[in-house]
Amino acid sequence: MPEVANTTQLAQSRFAAGPIEQRKVLVEGIAKKLMLVAALCLIVPVLSIITYIFFKAAPVLGLDFLWGVPEGGGTGGGIWPPLIGTFFLVLVSLCICAPIGIMSGIYLNEYAPDNWFTRVINMAVTSLAGVPSIVHALFGVGAFVLTFGMGESLLAASCTIAVMTIPVLITSTREALSAVPMAFRQACWNMGATKWQTIRTIVLPNSISGILTGVILEVSRAAGETAPILFTGAAASIPFMADSLGDKLMPYYLGDKFMALSYHLKVVADKLNDVPEAMKYGTAAVLIGLIFILNSFSIVLRMYLRSRKKW
Amino acid sequence: MTTTHINFLDLSVYYGSHKAVDEVTMKIRKNEIFGIVGPANSGKTTLLKTINRTLDLITGTRTTGEVSIDGTNVRSIRNVNHLRRRIGMVFPLPVGLPLTVYENVAYAPRRAGIHDKDTLDELVEQCLKQSVLWDEVKDRLDTLGTKLSGGQQQRLTLARALAHQPEILCLDEFSIAIDPVTTMKIEDILVQLKEQMTIVLVTNLTQQARRLASHVAFLNASQLVEWGETEKMFNNPEKEITGRYLNGDFG
Repeated sequence: MPEVANTTQLAQSRFAAGPIEQRKVLVEGIAKKLMLVAALCLIVPVLSIITYIFFKAAPVLGLDFLWGVPEGGGTGGGIWPPLIGTFFLVLVSLCICAPIGIMSGIYLNEYAPDNWFTRVINMAVTSLAGVPSIVHALFGVGAFVLTFGMGESLLAASCTIAVMTIPVLITSTREALSAVPMAFRQACWNMGATKWQTIRTIVLPNSISGILTGVILEVSRAAGETAPILFTGAAASIPFMADSLGDKLMPYYLGDKFMALSYHLKVVADKLNDVPEAMKYGTAAVLIGLIFILNSFSIVLRMYLRSRKKW
Repeated sequence: MTTTHINFLDLSVYYGSHKAVDEVTMKIRKNEIFGIVGPANSGKTTLLKTINRTLDLITGTRTTGEVSIDGTNVRSIRNVNHLRRRIGMVFPLPVGLPLTVYENVAYAPRRAGIHDKDTLDELVEQCLKQSVLWDEVKDRLDTLGTKLSGGQQQRLTLARALAHQPEILCLDEFSIAIDPVTTMKIEDILVQLKEQMTIVLVTNLTQQARRLASHVAFLNASQLVEWGETEKMFNNPEKEITGRYLNGDFG
């Protein structure tokens, strides 16, 4: 029996922490706590913004507010026209930027040889992503509104948003594609599959979740921007005649000026005295809510597609 | 039986300024197993990649000299995918594609335009049997190839390479993750397979080369030291270093 106790003691002393070990444990603990605090700091502004806005907006929030039409230049009534306007803005710009962004991302990541031409394209993508949105707005005026003769319209604004979104989309598409291991591609090429066959059968099915998430996140971010639509088609107020349900759901054509939430928010927020506070916060709350819904949708989509991922 | 199938003529490969293969000249005959041995970094894998031109996919490579199959320089083949379909490649790192076991094997045939289910079923079974994997996966052909063990994925890679019925089969360290018993079974099958195809076997196991190959080439430091009939290479090589390496006395 004493022998057993002896071995245990021996084992304990052998594994007992020396001064260096103790310091490591201490440093590890501090580092972990510091980073936790940093992460917690993130939540504070998000929660306070949301709580504050929704608290202030509470008196007006409701179906009547969402479904109603502004009255008295935005001092009363609802926000249906700008809400549906933003929806169409997102939809149209999505139709323009998604195919272009995704296809150029695929080209740059899968096909492009490493030469000066590719480097020029890459540089263009990076620079374009760094251009401030107000510059995109002016470009939109010059290119779409004036040169292409679209006038100030839903189409011109959507094109402007699309141009702003494409470089970021290209980058997110490339990231999603390069997450697919090179070895998969090589295995396919070794079997005589063409590049396109490889992309279609292996690369895209395994990167589509990342690509689509990028698309939705980017477009929803762009939907909240005011600058690019400021001179390209957004209107402060348009007479909104909605006799039938169809008119109400589809109030703008591509060539029409339109109302959008972000710009509407700017307009009502500028009118310091006439607009009841709850109206301003209500508009902000709806804008945040819309973006939140789009983001949640992209998260759900990503989770669904990821659950089907194959490795 | 003595027709030349693959002919290397003064073949050199550069990665940038590094010469990975240095003026290799040798002939591989139809329907033989040709062993290539040599220490790490001696250019064995690079040599295989020149045959199906997957070397083209690596930027910064340059080749001089030529590789020809049945007298046709592979450089002159315009449809490189057609060339690759004639050659089966198995590399040392097992890569199960993120598809089911069945689809892994059916991948190449499908790309080549075979869609008939019965034909595919038969082909998949035959290839999985040839790679000694059938008994382990026959009840779960719909699990993911990536979920198999390392050794199983390795055999899956072999089955995949056989599925497009290649005329040349290049095996690069195929047995690295496979247990000795299964390796022996596969070796027996390779001996049968050489009736239908030429097999190029890169291996670190010199005894494996001795068991299977009718000719062996010894590469060292990017150069072809010598090549010739297997028994002569093992028993009576021209260069001393060859004998030392092949008989496990190198250093």
